[in-house]
Parts: sequence; C-alpha cells; structure tokens
Amino acid sequence: MAPPGLPRPVAEPGTAVTGGPGQCAVRLAGVTRIYPGAGLHPPVQALGPLDLELRQGEFFAVVGPSGCGKSTLLDVLAGLSRPTSGTVEFEGRPVTDRVPEGVGVVFQEDASFHWLTVRDNAAFGLRRQGVPEREIAERVDHAIAFMGLKAFATAYPAQLSGGMRQRLCIARTLVLRPRLLLLDEPFGALDQQTRLLMGDEVLRLWRETGATVLLITHALDEAAMLADRVGVMSARPGRFIDVVTTGWPRERDSTIVARPEFGQVTARLWSNLRAESMKAMSTTA
Amino acid sequence: MTRAGWIRLGVVVLCIAALEIACRLRWIDPVAVIPPSRMAAGAWSLLASGEYTRDILLTLENVAMAFGIALALGFAGGVLLHRMPRLRRAADPLLASYYAVPTFIFYPLFIVLFGLNRWPLVAIGVTFAVVAMALNTLNGFERVPAALHQTARVMGLSPLQETFLVTLPACAPYIFTGAKLAVVYAFIAVIAGEFVLAGSGFGFKIAFAYNNFDNPTMYGLMALLLLVVGFVNWGLTAWERRLHERSAGR
Repeated sequence: MAPPGLPRPVAEPGTAVTGGPGQCAVRLAGVTRIYPGAGLHPPVQALGPLDLELRQGEFFAVVGPSGCGKSTLLDVLAGLSRPTSGTVEFEGRPVTDRVPEGVGVVFQEDASFHWLTVRDNAAFGLRRQGVPEREIAERVDHAIAFMGLKAFATAYPAQLSGGMRQRLCIARTLVLRPRLLLLDEPFGALDQQTRLLMGDEVLRLWRETGATVLLITHALDEAAMLADRVGVMSARPGRFIDVVTTGWPRERDSTIVARPEFGQVTARLWSNLRAESMKAMSTTA
Repeated sequence: MTRAGWIRLGVVVLCIAALEIACRLRWIDPVAVIPPSRMAAGAWSLLASGEYTRDILLTLENVAMAFGIALALGFAGGVLLHRMPRLRRAADPLLASYYAVPTFIFYPLFIVLFGLNRWPLVAIGVTFAVVAMALNTLNGFERVPAALHQTARVMGLSPLQETFLVTLPACAPYIFTGAKLAVVYAFIAVIAGEFVLAGSGFGFKIAFAYNNFDNPTMYGLMALLLLVVGFVNWGLTAWERRLHERSAGR
C-alpha cells in the first residue's frame, strides 16, 4: 500500500514506463535478456519484458531486490550487452553491440587506472579521441576541480580514499561530456556520510551538464534523494512494478532528507519493494 | 631508506662482523671458513686478475638467455591459459605439482637434444623459471577487475588497444613478480647446473676451487656471486614494491 498523501504510481505493474512530456533520450521497448543455460543449468531470464522512456535531462533511479537484473538493464542500455529481444534506442538511434558516443558509465567497482596519475586518468578518454592537448588540459582541469581533486592532480589512485577514487572515475567520464550518464551503484562501497556528500556532487554535476542520468542503486534513500523518478523493479525477471515521481525541485541537495515528504517517498518505495525482496530471498535461499 | 631497511642492513653488517671476529679468534676452523675480509679481498683479486671474467660472463649470458626465453614462453603460456579455460583446467594439477619435480633429471635429455654446449644449461634454466612466469602472468590477467574491461569498452577501445592500454598495465605488477622469480630461478638453475654438470662458468669454478681446497678463490667467487644476485634481486624487489604500491587498495 502506498503511504497517504502521495500520488498514485505513474505506471501499473509490468506496464510501460513513459517519460511524459519532453524530448526522449532513451527508449527501451519489449527488452528481455535471457542468459543461455550451460550443462545442467537451465537458461535464466534476467530481465523483462520491459519498456522504459527517459526524458532528456531527467534523473531516473532504478531500485530493486538483489539479482533482479538492475545491472543487466544498465549493460543493455549502455550497449555492453545485447538484449535477447526488444529494442534499445539512444537519441533515436538503435544501441547494438557498441557503447554509443555520448554515453558514459560509472561502475560500482573502482575502475581507476592505478598506473596513471589522477590527471592522466581523467585525460585518458580524451587522448584516445585525439583531442588536442591544450583542450585536454582545460577540460581535465575543470573536471578534477569540479570533483574536488585539484590538490591530488599528480597523485596516484592508491593515494586516494575510496570516495575520491569514485570521484576520479566520475571526473574521467565527465570530461567526455556524456549526454547520458549511467551510474551502476557508484557509491555502493562507500559509507553513509560519504554517499550523501557524493550524492550532492552528482546532483551538481547533473544540473551543470544537463545530462540525462540513470542511477542503479540498492539504497532506497539514495534513489529517493537524487532522482526525479524512481523505477521499482520486481524480483527476477526484472520488470518495473512502480514508478514514483519524487517531485523535488531541480535545485536540491542532500538536505532534502530532512523533509517529511522524503520519508514518504522512501516508505512508498519500500512498500513496493518489500514483497519483491522477500520473493527474491526465497528464490535464492 | 626506511627504518626497517636500516635495521635489515644493521643485522647483515652485524652478522658479517661476528663471522669476522669468530674467524680471526679461531673460534671457527680457518681451514673451513675464512674471514669475510679475506673473502672480499679474494673476490677483488679474482676480478682484478681477469682470470675468471670469461666464466663469469658465460654464466651471466646463460642466465640472461634462460631468463629471456622463460619470460617470453611464460608470458605466452600465461596468456594462453587465461584465454583457454579448458586448457587451464587440464593443466592445473600439473602446474600445481610442477616444482615437486627435480628439473635437473632432464639434463641428459637436454644434452641429447642440444649437444654438449651451453644450451642444455640454458634449457635447465628455462625449465626452472618458465612456470613461475606463466603462473604469475595468469594470476595478473585474472586479477584485472571486470570494471576495467568494461571501462575500456565504454571508451570505445579496440581489443588491441584494450590489451596494451588497459590489461597489460593493470596486470604489470604481477607479470613483474613473475619476471623477478624467473630471474632468481634462472640464476639458481644455471649455477647449480654448472656446479655439477658443466666444465665452465661461475658454478663450475666454485666447485673446482672447492675440490682443490682453494678457499680464498671459492669464497671469493661465492662472495661475488652473492653480491651480483643480491644486487639484482634488491633492484627488482624495489621496483616490484613500487609497482604493487600503485595497485594497492584493489
């Protein structure tokens, strides 16, 4: 049951999640992902069928029980994995086996290059694209200053904390000016305080770049704090069972956790997710 | 140098000093062991006379060749095992028990294959070093986080670019550990081989001096050998530590 005082879900369980008014950045239609069986193991349907539309510049979060296919959804969306059926489009063009230009991904695991300094890490993608060194220096300086790493420009990742390394990975993605930013539980390994502060950084980044952001997370409070809309996924095979519009203003930060509505949004997410989490636990137990 | 480094150095100096005193005061039979100062003098005169230069260079060349071949074959083997999981599963028990086999038993076979020259010794060195290199290469490739491969794909790197710009630098510390072990094993195998199986080289000259009760030459050669191996190992370990420090925290 949804807590009182909140709008009804914008989507009924298992139905398409549309982005509403505004230009569509991402469209998934009838997407499924089935992992083929091997030996005695039967095939596993990890995802779908699933429909999703993201508006340009929207912040969309996905929550769901463990193993429901959240990361599979991100892989399919990024072009890292091909859907078994259905279509994925980014800015009207189909996404197949390649990651489209304009898409950036930040993973949960530390993906910084330990053999490069902070500056060289951030410049890595630009150098591969053949961007002139002067422009690289400008964009890298801006990105590492934006992520609060200016004082560590010549440090190696091993000299940084876990949160700083994640900021470095975000900076490395940020310099490439992605129009779609996919975040796969990027703060999952961080403590609660650092996660809240990192959330502020991501919101600032989102406002400044105007990018469309899709955040995969298992933390309901994180999703409720950051997103314009939160998609709640069912236990495997993952489908959207609810989409909660948070209604937060674009100018926001982690202080919204003190608002009474924040608790209501989180409670609504949990009321949807509780049964699915129990279902997921019983299938994995 | 770190505090631990100074302590280590102090312990070594103390041990040498204690041996010097024990030898000088004849607590140790001087026929069996000579004082370290005489070992050092012996080593210096050996170097200065040039009499042993050919043998020393021969040994170093054999070690370098054994190391180079083991490095190339071990790296290729490690990559192959990483790329072919079935081969890896089949080879696992053999690799796990590899160092239980006394490699020197193959020396006669190598003589038959390569003739009476330096190559059987090089082959012994390769045989001893190659698996350490292969296993460390395999370990390195397996430790590259999936997120790095995915990042490479997100950045649009081709498989070749991914290999050279991401995978190899990411597993470099482990490959380097393999290379360091390959150097050490190549030294052990070649010198031990010379000791019992050859007619020239560092190891042979030590054995020859030993058989002729020529203690200053024997200990001089041993001191030289320890110095060379110790210096190479110290340099490689310092480099290895630096590489591993950079990859710390994963």
